[in-house]
Amino acid sequence: MLAYILRSLMQGLVVMLAVAFIAFSMFRFVGDPVVNMLGQEATLQDRAELTERLGLNDPVALQFARFVGDAARGDFGISYRQGRKVSALIMERLPATVELAVLSALFAFVVGVSLGVYAAIRRDGWIANLVMSLSLIGVSLPTFLIGIGLIYIFAVELRWLPSFGRGDVVMIGWWSTGLLTKTGLQSLVMPVLTLGFLQLTLIMRLVRSEMLEVMRADFIRFARARGIPERRIEFRHALRNTMIPVITIAGVQLGGVIAFAIVTETVFQWPGLGALFVNAVQFVDVPVMSAYLLFVAFVFVVTSLVVDLVYVALDPRLRTGNPAMAK
Amino acid sequence: MSDTTVLSVRDLTVEFVTRRGALRALDQVSFDIGRGEVLGVVGESGAGKSVTGAAIIGLIDPPGRIAGGEIRLDGARIDDLPPEAMRKVRGKRIAMIFQDPLTSLNPLYRVGEQLVETIRTHTSLNAAEARQRAIALLDEVGIPAPERRIDGYPHEFSGGMRQRVVIALALCAEPELVIADEPTTALDVSVQAQIIALIKRICKERGTSVMLVTHDMGVIAETADRVAVMYAGRVAEIGPVRDVVKQPLHPYAQGLMGAIPSLEGDATRLVQIPGSMPRLSAIPPGCAFNPRCSRAFARCHVERPELIRVGSRQVACHLYDGPGAEAAA
Amino acid sequence: MSTDPARTERAPGRLARFWDSDIIWSFRSSPVTVVATVLAVLLVLAALAAPLIAPYDPFDPASLDLSDGFSRPMQPNEITGKVFWLGSDGQGRDIFSAILYGSRVSLLVGAASVLFSLVIGVGLGLVAGYVGGRTEALIMRIADIQLSFPAILVALLVFGVARGLIPPALQEQMTLLVLVVAIGLSNWAQYARTVRGSTLVEKNKVYVDAARLIGLRAWPVMIKHVLPNVAGPVLVIATINLALAVIEEATLSFLGVGMPPTQPSLGTLIRFGQQYLFSGEWWILLFPALVLVLLALSINLFGDWLRDALNPKLR
Repeated sequence: MLAYILRSLMQGLVVMLAVAFIAFSMFRFVGDPVVNMLGQEATLQDRAELTERLGLNDPVALQFARFVGDAARGDFGISYRQGRKVSALIMERLPATVELAVLSALFAFVVGVSLGVYAAIRRDGWIANLVMSLSLIGVSLPTFLIGIGLIYIFAVELRWLPSFGRGDVVMIGWWSTGLLTKTGLQSLVMPVLTLGFLQLTLIMRLVRSEMLEVMRADFIRFARARGIPERRIEFRHALRNTMIPVITIAGVQLGGVIAFAIVTETVFQWPGLGALFVNAVQFVDVPVMSAYLLFVAFVFVVTSLVVDLVYVALDPRLRTGNPAMAK
Repeated sequence: MSDTTVLSVRDLTVEFVTRRGALRALDQVSFDIGRGEVLGVVGESGAGKSVTGAAIIGLIDPPGRIAGGEIRLDGARIDDLPPEAMRKVRGKRIAMIFQDPLTSLNPLYRVGEQLVETIRTHTSLNAAEARQRAIALLDEVGIPAPERRIDGYPHEFSGGMRQRVVIALALCAEPELVIADEPTTALDVSVQAQIIALIKRICKERGTSVMLVTHDMGVIAETADRVAVMYAGRVAEIGPVRDVVKQPLHPYAQGLMGAIPSLEGDATRLVQIPGSMPRLSAIPPGCAFNPRCSRAFARCHVERPELIRVGSRQVACHLYDGPGAEAAA
Repeated sequence: MSTDPARTERAPGRLARFWDSDIIWSFRSSPVTVVATVLAVLLVLAALAAPLIAPYDPFDPASLDLSDGFSRPMQPNEITGKVFWLGSDGQGRDIFSAILYGSRVSLLVGAASVLFSLVIGVGLGLVAGYVGGRTEALIMRIADIQLSFPAILVALLVFGVARGLIPPALQEQMTLLVLVVAIGLSNWAQYARTVRGSTLVEKNKVYVDAARLIGLRAWPVMIKHVLPNVAGPVLVIATINLALAVIEEATLSFLGVGMPPTQPSLGTLIRFGQQYLFSGEWWILLFPALVLVLLALSINLFGDWLRDALNPKLR
């Protein structure tokens, strides 16, 4: 079991390094960092000085090592466009994105699993069929349209909810939270629904198909042959077995919520990291792009590590035996 | 039907509805199983053995359905019971053992949890009593150190040991009938005999009847009291195991037993039945076996043979019906 | 399922047999799929024939008349009296025509990027499965990483990098190409996984050795045998990816990093339309959005059916 967790950690590290390399290449080779920082009018001497100071004359391997070292300490350089430290920009916008993403993930997971289980159990019922059809519409609805639609209904027509921004926030240390004020909570509703919706439909469809698969398994048939009540078979025997593959896939998808926040944040003018990133892409602000990429990769690695741990908790085959035996 | 009959199946017909019409998986199958009796059911795959078992325990998956006939347990019909009533019969009065012990147990729950769950579903025992009962059952099916092993997960047991657990699960509520659907096919050859012996011993001790579905004639010959030979969804021949194995009447049974008595003397030779069993969608008119039968005659192509009594057994073959039947036998 | 004897006796013609085959039967018996397919075909045809159908050329500045601006759908303009079926935008541009041309751009980007990712994915999958060893490990590792990153993020990054590399003067005309590459690069991994699996299975079959023995190069033989096997799954992935790619393009354009206003896609039109949402000109947003959703939905429905129909386990 320890070997299994160590292996996940190693894999995470490899992914981080690979992404760091991409981020580094972007920084080093997309445009000229020196020109980007000083502008076209700088003197040759200024340029040479900065080139030396940034260590751009060193071997590429050394530059990469330095980049990784800096990144590990949270130093991503200076934004070309805003002239501020990228780390400061990120810290400032982190709480908005984290609150939005965590709530959306929670919403998507809880509602998605419940609906998926329902659709699997009442496979031929009309509500289940309706939910399945709606989910297909959901997959075909671009996130930004959901956001626009919600804004039109709840902000423009009904005027129940604010159409943009975070509302009032409260500072807890450096962390700004919207969870403690009425306007903050109101502002969260539509972005959370928008961001969670796609994940919800995906999780729901996944849960349904996995559960139907499990319900065909021999041990379910044997449980039926032993006269175990159907409810118990569904919620005890089938559900837990369903959740094992679901957790793996859904975990990765929920990690993706952070990245999907890009669109939601743009629609609702949410002052988070995604909006920062879209701006960076539009203006080719490479340090911000690199930092954001590393941030998303980090979230992914952490999520998949957590998923692996949940996996161990759910599946006794991983706890007691050799991991290769599971699956 | 006598008092000692536990299970009585009459004209059982099972159909699978497809878009091109209904396919008959079972066509008017009839047989009885007596108290404490072991009935072997043999036939090629697709002959309807497993479907028969599934129909009795009420677990035919859609689009399959019982289209006719009746199933009686201790004289009372069970094929038309409402789902909840039938669920209470399953595990309590009729139990089933499946082919593959590796997949029959839920991998995420301890063996003991699954036993206790089953015991408590069918009895009024409390948790502690149910656990005691579970340990006793594991001991009875030959699991060493049951008080420790009860807390193991299925993957910690070997294939043979898992099938013992499966048997213990089937016996939780002292059923009157156990349907064992190819219980040893998935096991190592070395373990097969032990498991068969275990089923036989335990059921004998408890007076439990067994319907043993298998395609292994050796197992049948050793274990069963009577044997039913199935072909293309029908019973071809049924009778005491000694008679059917030694001197099968139905040409298919003769082929299945691997030897036909030759006219020249008592020399026997291994034969192979030519051709293969027809698909359900293409069962020929008359006797389903006629395309492969070396002794088929005109009547076999037009008239479906019914089960008729010949001595100690019943056989569905025109050779034993009407004038000239004696000679053929 | 097999045919019953009465049917086989008639020995129907090839067309009749095709009509009666299981896959066509499952198509015929699913009205939703039939409707979706008809709708998808109509939308694609309309997009292809845009110059023939469109009542106006929305991108010819000479034909635009500001007094036609903000005409409501199906109602004569208050000043000029002209009728625009789906209304007009602030510059008097006909929404219906803009949608026709817009879906043309959306579908072009979608189809081209699907083709792009299909070629890359199938190619890499074949190489990974056939060559094995480190090459395989490397390719599949990259595929894993790509799959765990949302497509939209990958596309945004590729787009950003391309912006940094392409001289500003060329950027606008190269946007379409950049989008195709960006979306294509964010979707190849699924093909690679499927094809690799199939290749591994085929590689160990006797005919590959046999081909080598008689001196044939194994490559062509493999391709000949692997490709038909993966055609079904690849087709399913491609169909569903087409819907995804159209949505992805719309999203990028909506974020302002996609098609420029001079060559708008459905996403660009929606981006414009959003500005008018608060002032009541709903038609500028609604109709492009509706077409986008119908396009994605009908392709998805068809893909969903195709997946079930080609998956024998579910039949």
